[in-house]
Amino acid sequence: MSSTFETVANIIAETCDIPRENITPESHAIDDLGIDSLDFLDIAFAIDKAFGIKLPLESWTQEVNEGKATTEQYFVLKNLCARIDELIAAKSA
Amino acid sequence: MRLEYFQMVDKVLALDLEARTLRTANTVPDKSPIFEGHFPGHPLLPGVLLFEIMAQSCGMLLLRLNNYDRMAFLASVDKGKLRTFVVPGQVIEVFAEMVHDGSGYARLKAEGRVEGKLVCNAEVTLKTMPFPAPELRGYLLETAERIGMPMGAPAELGSAAPASAGNLTHV
Repeated sequence: MSSTFETVANIIAETCDIPRENITPESHAIDDLGIDSLDFLDIAFAIDKAFGIKLPLESWTQEVNEGKATTEQYFVLKNLCARIDELIAAKSA
Repeated sequence: MRLEYFQMVDKVLALDLEARTLRTANTVPDKSPIFEGHFPGHPLLPGVLLFEIMAQSCGMLLLRLNNYDRMAFLASVDKGKLRTFVVPGQVIEVFAEMVHDGSGYARLKAEGRVEGKLVCNAEVTLKTMPFPAPELRGYLLETAERIGMPMGAPAELGSAAPASAGNLTHV
């Protein structure tokens, strides 16, 4: 998780021009860092490429829109990184 | 191409489903009201339309790869370069290549050439979503037929079956 977070934080800092020190595991990508959906596509692309996965953005968005999940579950960075680790584990299983 | 209708893609030259690439040919019309303003005495295809030609070629590739079950909308253009003027009558060959097919989006690369010379290139991000209107899907299937998009399975593509002979599974 820690190395995953470092990679994700660096991607966000570079993609969105956000100072790296402002990005913590507790940061909410939307509410705290102000990342919009278009910028998140660039982040998703960089994450997909860096980890060799495919973030299921569509199903996450659908779950949030239907009230089945909260944005915190997917967009607080420590939770996002946990999801990424799950996807990496599933890929190598 | 019919600029006033934003029909930028004229013809499919080659489709490779395995390599996820598409090559199109697109002829700039000799006359268009656009050239009356852009520019008087010096008609040029506007640079934004070069981006549109690349975006539409990318979109036609993505739609074909997804078997026309989702619509693609232009979300961003990165590293866009307009390298030289394009004038009425010239044929722009666009090469579009899938870079990454993500969840709800795709990233592609495209470049345009006139007589082999690179005139424009860009990285294009398309957002994908279910068709918001059934007639839009119908229009795009008609477009696929008009431009000669091959619709067979990979092994059949050598025969370049037209869109009307398609194997769509989501009709």
